[in-house]
Amino acid sequence: MAARTINFTLNGRAVTADVKPQHNVVEMLQTQFALTGARESCGQGLCGCCTVLVDGKPVSGCLYLAVFLEGTDVVTVEHLAGPEALDPVQQAFIEAGAFQCGFCTPGFVLMTKSLIGQHPDPSDEQIRDYLSGNLCRCAGYPEIVNAVKMAARKVKAGTTG
Amino acid sequence: MATTAAGAQVGRSLPRIEAREKVTGRAEYTHIMQVPGMLHARIFRSTVAHGRIKAVDVSAARQLPGVFAVYTSEDVRKVIPDPYYGPAFHDQPILAIDKVHFVGEPVAVVLASDPHVAEQAVQQIAADYEELPAVFDEVEAAENKIVVHDELKPAGTFADLKHLKGRKGTNIALDFRLRRGDVDKAFASAARVFEHTFRTQKVLHLALEPFASIADYRDDGVTIHSSAQGPSFVRTEIARLLGWPENRVRVKVPYLGGGYGGKLYIKMEALAVALSMLARRPVKVALSMEEQFYTITKHPSTFRIKSGVDKDGRIIARKCEIWWNGGAYADIGPRVTQKSGFTAAGPYDIDNVSIDSYALYTNLTPAGALRGFGIPQLVWAYESHTDMIARALKRDALDFRKLNLLREGRPQATGTILKDAAIEKVLDCIADRLHWKAPFDRGSGTIRRGRGLAVALKAVISPTTSVAIVNISADGSTTLYCGTVDMGQGSDTAMAQMVGEVLNVPAETVRVVPRDTDITPYDMGTLGSRSLFHMGHAVRLAAEDARARIAALRREVGEAEGSNTPLVDLFRKRYGMQAGNIVGTGTYKPDYIPPDSEGLTTNATPFWMVAGSGVEIEVDTETGQVRITRLINVADVGRPINPRIVETQLSGASLMQIGFSMFEKMQIDGGQVTNASLADYKIPGIHDVPPIIENEVVDAYQSNGPFGAKASANLPHSGCRLRLPMQSTTRSACA
Repeated sequence: MAARTINFTLNGRAVTADVKPQHNVVEMLQTQFALTGARESCGQGLCGCCTVLVDGKPVSGCLYLAVFLEGTDVVTVEHLAGPEALDPVQQAFIEAGAFQCGFCTPGFVLMTKSLIGQHPDPSDEQIRDYLSGNLCRCAGYPEIVNAVKMAARKVKAGTTG
Repeated sequence: MATTAAGAQVGRSLPRIEAREKVTGRAEYTHIMQVPGMLHARIFRSTVAHGRIKAVDVSAARQLPGVFAVYTSEDVRKVIPDPYYGPAFHDQPILAIDKVHFVGEPVAVVLASDPHVAEQAVQQIAADYEELPAVFDEVEAAENKIVVHDELKPAGTFADLKHLKGRKGTNIALDFRLRRGDVDKAFASAARVFEHTFRTQKVLHLALEPFASIADYRDDGVTIHSSAQGPSFVRTEIARLLGWPENRVRVKVPYLGGGYGGKLYIKMEALAVALSMLARRPVKVALSMEEQFYTITKHPSTFRIKSGVDKDGRIIARKCEIWWNGGAYADIGPRVTQKSGFTAAGPYDIDNVSIDSYALYTNLTPAGALRGFGIPQLVWAYESHTDMIARALKRDALDFRKLNLLREGRPQATGTILKDAAIEKVLDCIADRLHWKAPFDRGSGTIRRGRGLAVALKAVISPTTSVAIVNISADGSTTLYCGTVDMGQGSDTAMAQMVGEVLNVPAETVRVVPRDTDITPYDMGTLGSRSLFHMGHAVRLAAEDARARIAALRREVGEAEGSNTPLVDLFRKRYGMQAGNIVGTGTYKPDYIPPDSEGLTTNATPFWMVAGSGVEIEVDTETGQVRITRLINVADVGRPINPRIVETQLSGASLMQIGFSMFEKMQIDGGQVTNASLADYKIPGIHDVPPIIENEVVDAYQSNGPFGAKASANLPHSGCRLRLPMQSTTRSACA
């Protein structure tokens, strides 16, 4: 099948990619941009390992076709950390010990980023509901909830201070 | 020089040293790795559970544009004439030969540059089988009416399996027996005898990073990138298959996206190597989530347990018969069968014990190790049995346990003396946290409440060897080479802490080299909670060796005893510039005495693992819904090297176990797994976490452990006790 050239913004830069109709976002990111933070696991949009932000909204990169990215603004986990410092969410995940094998971590980090954007001071219930689409087989869930709260505090302190 | 470094690294809750890589999405995993020029493999799998292969038609697949090649076992045998592999038995063919033995067994492979093309081509392959009767149940398999393999092929790796070579007409891959005292006589004199049978279901590891291996074969050597828990074993096995010396086989293992025992020994590596040999291109075999259901699982089991109790409530006799459903290939099932057999009678002081543990072949996905080498299945059974006896005797479940508990200095069933095993402390701690002796609100109306506790004992796999190298560069910086695979348990961090402790440097400044058999020395494997103890000792010895060499260098360059001259200056003095290395090595293998024909030995294990759980639950008597309201995990890990990581391990292992206890089950119909996806096979999510979860490590010290530690970084089976409280508690809540 014929490839099509698409134009979109990836992590703040205008890029083009040649994609076939069957290519999903994960394989495009991995093969054309060497970005492996979004990764396929279940292949059904159920585990959240493939999460990327498209126009600010989290999507499952294993189900989202690459051609749909035309004209969008895409952010992957690789974009969160600056050269100087990690994103507060990433820092909180480290401090809270919120991962073991780390395979699911980028997905959780991006979802947390998105959650805090919507709810700067999320309740336990909001955290659980928001992250219920992300799975962690090492089951670091209690630490993840702590990390989200810590991240919210860090973000707040950063914006007010 | 001080004999003990005054380091302050052991006992620190240092964040994982690879943390930054993991939160930024930069950590390397095989499944997301690419090698220039690589081809993607997609596997055509058997649709029948047991059958003779009459024909495999690959012609249409070969003609599909974009397909590089399609291979079957006929092709594999051109490059590897005897393509059977496995740790205990050489019974598993790289691709099915003549027969298929389970639904999902690899039969043919398509290679293409575009994985979508390879996938499409797989759909064009057709196979014709002469179906044979199949056996799925482990107890039926023991009757040998339907035989899975025509002939047994032990690998020779385990001396205790050699006698099975060439045996025909049987599904029993190993029978472990233990006889202590006189069980029959004790049963005859017992006041009460209880017998129960417990069966566990088939579940799987389901690592979020599915199995992946990339092989790049050249005439002078092969490089393999793999999601493997034991790079040294992979190297040995591939070298054997190729008839090569080991130094022509290089196995590189980045981080693992979960392992839990599934990625042990050899999985997709042999197939990747064979395909790369045939294609003369790098080949990546990366499985889908669905394919993990056809690769390796936990053992389903049937456990018949019988106990005789005297008039005072003491258990005087216990007979255990366990049938392990090993699936179509032995994998490490025989080891599971034997090692878990050691402790099948539980953490109790029983004079008369009889244990028979059978590893069985069936026509299902092969089974291997999953967080505990069979122990969780046994603990659930013997602790449920314990509760059922206590209830029948109208005794308190805690008091009954304490009356019968195996105590320090007493011989365990094998005859090995119990040492540094805080069983009673763990049990007391759980009881304390549950306020066991206080009145308990059992609920009312349709919501009833219950609670339970359980405790377990495990022997480590022994004897096994670990080797480590510590290298100090001329600027004074330290590098550790060790083959332990960090799959989330935090081993890189713990090992760095031990190096730091000995050399008195901050652990975060120690570079831990990713596993690469060209660089990192031998290690038996990251399995059975052995690494912190065995590799820990090797790392300690290597660091101590380096420290001694630093002292020698100080003397050599004329420094006074106890001088604080920086290392970089010592190197400068010695070599005239910043040059040279100090290399320390360490090798560790504990003593072990194999069991005799009665299963007895005075040294079954270098250390004992002890853990327990307590739960409180609510049951809706109208809907049957069970909700865990409180979960308590307690373990004896010796002295924790990294308390924070230990806690996350205890918590995570117990939450994974909630899945196995509450809802995970591979549904199998005629040998076909009917729920092979995350849509149908549910694993614990964030909503399944109990509202209260408490993790505690009892104050303990492993006297022969590195820095007093034992299975600290990973006490995976801890949560497995949960099985018991869940079932019997549900029962008592509903009573």
